[in-house]
Amino acid sequence: MDGVKLHGTWASPYSIRVKWAMKLKGIPFQYIEEDLFNKSALLLQHNPAHKKIPVLVHGLRPVCESMVIVEYLEEIWPQYPLLPIYPYERSVARFWVKLIEDKSPNVWMVYRTVGEEQEKAMRDSLEMLSILEEHGPNKGKKFFGGDNINIVDIAFGGVAHWMGVVEEVSGREMFDAEKFPRLHAWMGNIKSLQLIAENLPDQGKLCQYLACQREKLVSSSSQN
Amino acid sequence: MAGRVVLHGMWASPYSKRVELALKVKGIEYEYAEEDLKNKSEELLRYNPVHKKVPVLVHDGKPIAESLVIIEYIDETWKEGPRLLPQDPYERAKVRFWTGFLQQQLFEAIFAVIKTDGEAQERAVKEVHEKLKVLEEGIKGSYSGGSPFINGNSMGLLDIVVCSTLGAHKIHEEVLGVKFLDPEKYPRVTSWVTALVELPLVKEATPPLEKVVGLLQFLRSSFLESAAA
Repeated sequence: MDGVKLHGTWASPYSIRVKWAMKLKGIPFQYIEEDLFNKSALLLQHNPAHKKIPVLVHGLRPVCESMVIVEYLEEIWPQYPLLPIYPYERSVARFWVKLIEDKSPNVWMVYRTVGEEQEKAMRDSLEMLSILEEHGPNKGKKFFGGDNINIVDIAFGGVAHWMGVVEEVSGREMFDAEKFPRLHAWMGNIKSLQLIAENLPDQGKLCQYLACQREKLVSSSSQN
Repeated sequence: MAGRVVLHGMWASPYSKRVELALKVKGIEYEYAEEDLKNKSEELLRYNPVHKKVPVLVHDGKPIAESLVIIEYIDETWKEGPRLLPQDPYERAKVRFWTGFLQQQLFEAIFAVIKTDGEAQERAVKEVHEKLKVLEEGIKGSYSGGSPFINGNSMGLLDIVVCSTLGAHKIHEEVLGVKFLDPEKYPRVTSWVTALVELPLVKEATPPLEKVVGLLQFLRSSFLESAAA
């Protein structure tokens, strides 16, 4: 079996999804921490289209985009399945992954913007949470995947954790326990998993990092 | 694979068209329900309560939404007929990567050109060209062996998405006055799209040019009006 390398960054929720998937499946891998201000030649070579992390390199083959990587991992390493067996249930899982992919960038915009832009980002983030709370396929279940976490839990887990930090850094509350009781319960279940809890970035460090980014972005936009 | 298949779609929706093409490539018999987007059917609202959008495929009463998700479902469920995604996991990852790129980056950039004018439109046009350049380089890198058609002349998911994103380039030229597919700048993309739109399946599924031009002109003026308001 060819070696597996993961190019990622400690502060990226996209990076962490892949890490979780690999650890759940027990896939041995080498982790390469990238400096986003000084990207390695290897990263640029493996992801010329986006020049972004995460990138999985399996042998000589690069796979890019976190959820594309997770589907790839699922196909090569079937242990600890992250997708249901049957096509219909798989389509439901993929529907939710897509929704999370489409709407979660709004969460980052909450700490990256101010004023009207931030208001819109807040509205869109709250809309995503409302949809998941009302329609999410985790009704009466511990996780989106039932008793075990699946691809939807992985997709949303990183987003939800980062949301807490975004709230702190931006001073805006999104993930209100009263408005989103089911999602809050789900978050508790996710964090109670040892594998997840052990593979989260340091909260203080992440807060500092995002606060620093926010300052740069907000001050440069006010100068325009 | 038996079972009743109904596609809720809209004649001018590229998302709807993708699913139609996939069903036709597989030779699946289906019923088509045209939705009036200003007066959506009770069924559509029931089948897609989250987005209330087309396309929705209903197989034996079970609804599936999101065009790319639907097409993967079709490929996994109907194993007879040509494959829509390759067998090899790495090739599948490449297809998923590029369909994601086409959807999230290129399609959205073209949409921005449709919705804007003046300086904003100029920026949007520039972005489309940047994305086309990435796509051109990507094809060179990922598919240097030639056409990504996975079964010789049979369309796969990636072909379907390329077709639905860039197949209307002549319409874009007419309505927007911009030519995106420059064969000198993007030889591989241009020849791929040109080959796709000539396929009988695609021609059959393409609505009349004037009808689409009319709708696109109408949509563009509505966007510009509401932006000015």
